[in-house]
Formats: sequence, C-alpha cells, structure tokens
Amino acid sequence: MQNYTIFVPRLLSKKEYFVSGHRACIGCGEALAVRLACKAMGQNVIVANATGCIEIIASQIPYTSWKVPWIHTLFENTAAVASGIESGLKAMARKGLKADKGTKAVAIAGDGGTVDIGLQALSGAMERGHNFLYMCFDNEAYMNTGIQRSSATPFGASTTTSPAGKVSIGQFSWKKDMPAIAVAHDIPYVATACPSYPFDLMEKVKKALSVKGPAYIHIFSVCPTGWSCPGDLTIRIGRLAVKTGIFPLYEVENGIYKMSIDFTELRPINDYMKLQGRFRHLTEDVINQIQNKVVEKYEELRRKSVISDAVESGE
Amino acid sequence: MAQRVGMEVSVAIGEIVKLANTDVVSAYPITPQTHIVEHLAELVADGELDAEYIPVESEHSAMSACLGSAATGARTFTATAGQGLELMHEVLYVASSMRLPIVMTVANRALSSPLSVWSDHSDAMACRDTGWIQIFVENGQEAVDNTLCAFRIAEDNNVLLPVMIHLDGFHVSHVIEPILLPEQSQVDAFLPKNNYPLPLDTDKPVAMGDFGPPVIYTEAKWAQEVNLRKSKETILKVWQEFGKSFSRYYKPVECYRCEDADTLLLTMGSYSETAMTTIDKMRGEGKKIGLIRIRLWRPFPFEEFRQAVKDIKTLIVLDRAISFGGPGGPVCSEIRSALYSQNNRPEIVSFIGGLGGRDITVAGFEEIINSGMEIAETGSDNEFEIFGVRE
Ligand SMILES: Cc1ncc(C[n+]2csc(CCOP(=O)(O)OP(=O)(O)O)c2C)c(N)n1
Ligand code: SF4
Ligand SMILES: [Mg+2]
Repeated sequence: MQNYTIFVPRLLSKKEYFVSGHRACIGCGEALAVRLACKAMGQNVIVANATGCIEIIASQIPYTSWKVPWIHTLFENTAAVASGIESGLKAMARKGLKADKGTKAVAIAGDGGTVDIGLQALSGAMERGHNFLYMCFDNEAYMNTGIQRSSATPFGASTTTSPAGKVSIGQFSWKKDMPAIAVAHDIPYVATACPSYPFDLMEKVKKALSVKGPAYIHIFSVCPTGWSCPGDLTIRIGRLAVKTGIFPLYEVENGIYKMSIDFTELRPINDYMKLQGRFRHLTEDVINQIQNKVVEKYEELRRKSVISDAVESGE
Repeated sequence: MAQRVGMEVSVAIGEIVKLANTDVVSAYPITPQTHIVEHLAELVADGELDAEYIPVESEHSAMSACLGSAATGARTFTATAGQGLELMHEVLYVASSMRLPIVMTVANRALSSPLSVWSDHSDAMACRDTGWIQIFVENGQEAVDNTLCAFRIAEDNNVLLPVMIHLDGFHVSHVIEPILLPEQSQVDAFLPKNNYPLPLDTDKPVAMGDFGPPVIYTEAKWAQEVNLRKSKETILKVWQEFGKSFSRYYKPVECYRCEDADTLLLTMGSYSETAMTTIDKMRGEGKKIGLIRIRLWRPFPFEEFRQAVKDIKTLIVLDRAISFGGPGGPVCSEIRSALYSQNNRPEIVSFIGGLGGRDITVAGFEEIINSGMEIAETGSDNEFEIFGVRE
C-alpha cells in the first residue's frame, strides 16, 4: 500500500546519478523519472541512451548530468548498443581481461526510439536474451523534435504531425501496446511505472536489475510542453493517468501478470484529459469512444492479472 | 613452422580473427561475406574461440553492437558486404568519430537495383567519407595479413579508429588459396592486448557521444581529420613490423613494372592480378607499361601516389563504381584532384568497368590500355569511358 499512497522524501537515497543543471523544461516528467530510476539503479550500471529529449537536455558538451558511465550513439539502435556492452563485459570477464563487477547494461529511450524506429533492435536484443534492462520513457510523442506523433501517441491527441483540424480529430490510431509486445518475447520481467508513484517505480527498477536476462519497463512520463498542460500538474496528471485506467501500473514476471495497484472504480477519463491542451478539441462523442476503449482494455488486463492487495477507490 | 594450406579465403579470415583472440563478433549474414561469420560461429560453437557471438537482427544492429562492445574495451570484429554496408552507413560515422577500434571485413559487392550479389566497389566507395581507415587487398594472403594488422592499427592508442579491410566478393572471398596462417605465438608477439584508454567502466565514469553545439562541432571534426591523416604513420609502422615478423611487406601504393614506364594503369582490389598478366604481355611486346595499385584508400597516400606517377605521361584509371551524374569514377576523380596541383602531371583517362561482377579479361585490360593511350593523345568529350557495355 505505502508504495502507492504516500511519498516520503526522506525514505529516498540522497545519492544522485542524474544530477541537476540539465535543460529539461519546467515540470518535465521524463527527467524526474530518469532521476528516480537512476537513484534506484545506483552506481553499477552502464547507460546507453537513445537520441531524444533526455539525451539532448543532459549531455551538451562540455556538461553532463550523468554520474554513471554513459554512451549515446544514435536514435534507433540503443538496444543493440546495450547488447554490445553486455557482450563486451561478459567476454572480457570470462577471459580474465577485466574484473567481473556485475555491471549491468541499461538502455534508455523515448517512446519514438522504442515503439517506432528502435523496435527492431529492441526485439532482437530481447529475443537474444541479453542480460540487460531497457527503459522506455513514454511521453507519447517525438518531443525532442517538436511534438510529432509516434505510435505511442494516444487516440485523438493533437500533435504537429497529427494535428486536429476541420476534418481531423488528431491522432487517428490507438496507442501501440508496447509492454504486451515485450511480454510476447517471453522475457523474465516486464513492468509499467510512473514517477507519480516514485517508490513503485524505484522498486520495479531494482527488481528489473536483479533479474537475469532482458527486463523491460515502460515509464509514463508527463510532458507539459508537448501536452499543453501546466508544469506544476505533472505529478497529478501522472496519477490521473493511472487512476482513470489510461495507464495501469502492473508487472509481468515470467509471464504472470500482476496489477501493482487496482481500482474498484476508475475515474472518468475526462478528469485527466481536460487538463491537457492536446485533447481540448475532442467532442463528447470521441471522449466516450475513448472511455469505452480504456475500460475495455483495463478489464482485459484485470482478467489476465493476479490482483494486487493494493486496492484503492479511484477518488 | 607455419605451412601454406589450401583453404577458402573466408575461412582463413575467420581463422585469423580467432588467432587475434577476438572478444566479440557481432554479425549478420549477407553474400558474399557470409562464410566468414559462419566460420566464426563454428569456431565459437566448438569452443575454439572464446568470444561472445551476437547473431544480430540486422547490419544496423551489427555495427551498433560493435559500438557498445568496443566502448567497453573488448576486441571487436564484424563483416559485411553491399546492402549490409549500406544499412550500417549511419553507424559507420559514429564508430570513427567516437574513436572506436572496430575491425570489419567488407566483401565488396554491387548495390541494388537490379539485385546483384557479385562484386564491384560501389559499397566501398559509398563509405569513403565515413572516417574509417580503408585498405583494399588483392588476394587471400593479403586479406589475412591485413586483418591481423588491422587490429593492431585500430587499437594503437595513437590511432583508435575503425578499419575496413576490403576484398572483392567471390573473386577473393570464395577462392581457395594456399594461405600461410601464423602460429598463435607469432600473433601473440605481434598483437598486444587491446588497451582502450577510456572504456565505459564504473570505476571511472565517462560520457561518450554527447551533444555538440556549433561552438564545438568544427573542432571535433577537425580533430578527427587530423587524427585520420596522422594514422598513416602508424599504418606504415605496423606494416613494417609485420614485414619484419612475417617477411611479407605491404605499402600504401603498389607498383608493378613501373620502372621506365610512360603509361600506368591504376586498379584497386583483385582485378589487379589479371591486369598484371596484361602488363607482362604488353611489356613483352616492348611497350613501356606498368601497373599501380592503391592499397591504402583512407587515409589517402598522397605522397606515395604522387611519387609513383611523377615521371609518366599517361595514367589510365579503372573504377569499379559510378558516381552517377558526376565527374566519373570516384577513384579517378580523387586521383585527378590529387594531381591537379602538380607541375608535371600525366594525362588522366578514366574508365569504368567490372560492375556487378563483370569480368575483365587479359584481353579486356589490353583494350582498356590501348584505347586509354589513344584517348590520351586525341582527347575525349566524355567525363569517362564505360568499358565493355553492350549497346
Ligand atoms: C535516424 C533518425 N531519424 C530521425 C531523427 C530525429 N529525431 C531525433 S530524436 C527524435 C524523436 C525522439 O522522440 P522520442 O524517442 O519519443 O524521445 P523524446 O524526445 O520524446 O523523449 C527524432 C525524430 C534522428 N535523430 N535519427
Ligand atoms: S519537451 Fe517534454 S519531455 Fe522534453 S524536456 Fe520538455 S517536458 Fe521534458
Ligand atoms: Mg517521446
């Protein structure tokens, strides 16, 4: 229960591995999520970072926010780079060329770098069974390049390449279910998380690091700039995404689904949507259509899941 | 003592990669390179090579995994050809600009479309600006020797650049040749352990591949250029030491019967062997003809090349790739610009031929040389002559 309902900063480690001074927008949920994930991971990791907001905001020469070994190469290849890191460390340790420190390779990317252009490299790396953690920081569009749609953009959202217009409702397709794709690779650990639930997020990151083999965490990252919402509502909007059932928190360990937090009653999606400019153009009809889909998906997830003891009313 | 053994060149390359005690092989199959990575997979499967073999899902990932592996300080190898090299293209620039010592065999292959699995230099020439060291070999022994040298050159802390060894698909890769493989002890004496200076390591965290604003980008690129040019010193030194250890000597530019020649034919890769037979024949007829072959394509050996052609009247260049709509073959246009500043420069005639595996026979080279000499006298309205095309 405490993982979901309270936030006690003094329970957190004071150590930072993704430090302040970077250029993220005010209220950036992605930067917050990365910071928390880094706290959870600690020092014994090597991070491969895809091109995207996180890379751009925190690595401009001659500055860096990264206190762990970090490498950025390209946009779509991050899982493959992590495969190489893992293999290099493994071979050298086995051959006695370098001490085996148990360092874990971690790949991080945005939704675009994961669900679109990087999907093939990620699928390959998961299928090959590398011992690595992949975290997707999903802000539901290509934010770094100016809010273009990705296949993780939700139905109806207005972006610069799926703009709402006289004959367009905005994004015309339903959000790709990336965690399900990860599960289909039969990997030992898949989870969803959101920095509005910091302890849950950090525990999942720790668990993912401790499994042997590929682990995938999909992290919901509120983006005030791209979603046209106030920067001081980041935490609340993240919580509403969970409480409306739009972004349920769950884990899939060795194929077994478990809801991290379950709601006896979901909040209406409009509580979440009305706070964001990207949905402002939507008619009641479309919102109802989305509402039905959300409930349907949520029920489907519940049916497959062992229900958590963390049950809350949606209020 | 090592003995010459008849074996397929691709297999021999696998063997030398094993003797180099490679740590990571990341590879994707494509003809005519496949036998190399198949053989390496076999060596790993039989426990003869202690390496991580990453059977990636594409060449883009093959090279990307090489980035990660090399950045940890592991000795890293891959091989590809044609479309595979094209799919890697974006990643190639990253390997060189991040100073990652990766060794790659390229079994030169034509590019689609139409689909062709046969050899030419279109794939190789498309990556001449990627910042890699590029070495073109003529035969299997040269491929094996230069693959070993490539590890030493790439990993030398004065260089730290990726190296491509180009061998012509099929004409070299699939040929069974008597090959002299070195003993393990000889390789160990010649090739020191990889000592990558700033690897990804938790003991000393580094950030690699940061975001470079305009205030730093030019400096970064200039440093890369200076470094690639300077790598020639190390390449020459490594070839010299290889010669001392193995009694086979390599140079950036190879001359064949160039003494007192007034006309030289210039080729790269395996067709030079046929061309030499033609030179012998024409020399027998009293013609003052020789052959020059460029082995080191990047960094381009300006000095050695200018020296080799300084006294001749005519230089006939054979390209095995087209720069479409441009000044002719990529090799010839570079040669022209390398000689433009020289006071005594030869007449230069550009030929393109041998595309997509089309053979050029001894008689074919004779035709190229004869019409090249004629064009040098009369001039031509064409930017280049296409050899052997059926109208
Ligand atoms: C091959 C390639 N195509 C396109 C781009 C341009 N590009 C860089 S980052 C980016 C979008 C990143 O979106 P996402 O992965 O969702 O990360 P975010 O910035 O939203 O955190 C794009 C399109 C690129 N760098 N490389
Ligand atoms: S655009 Fe969005 S994700 Fe990117 S830094 Fe700004 S708030 Fe964060
Ligand atoms: Mg995004």
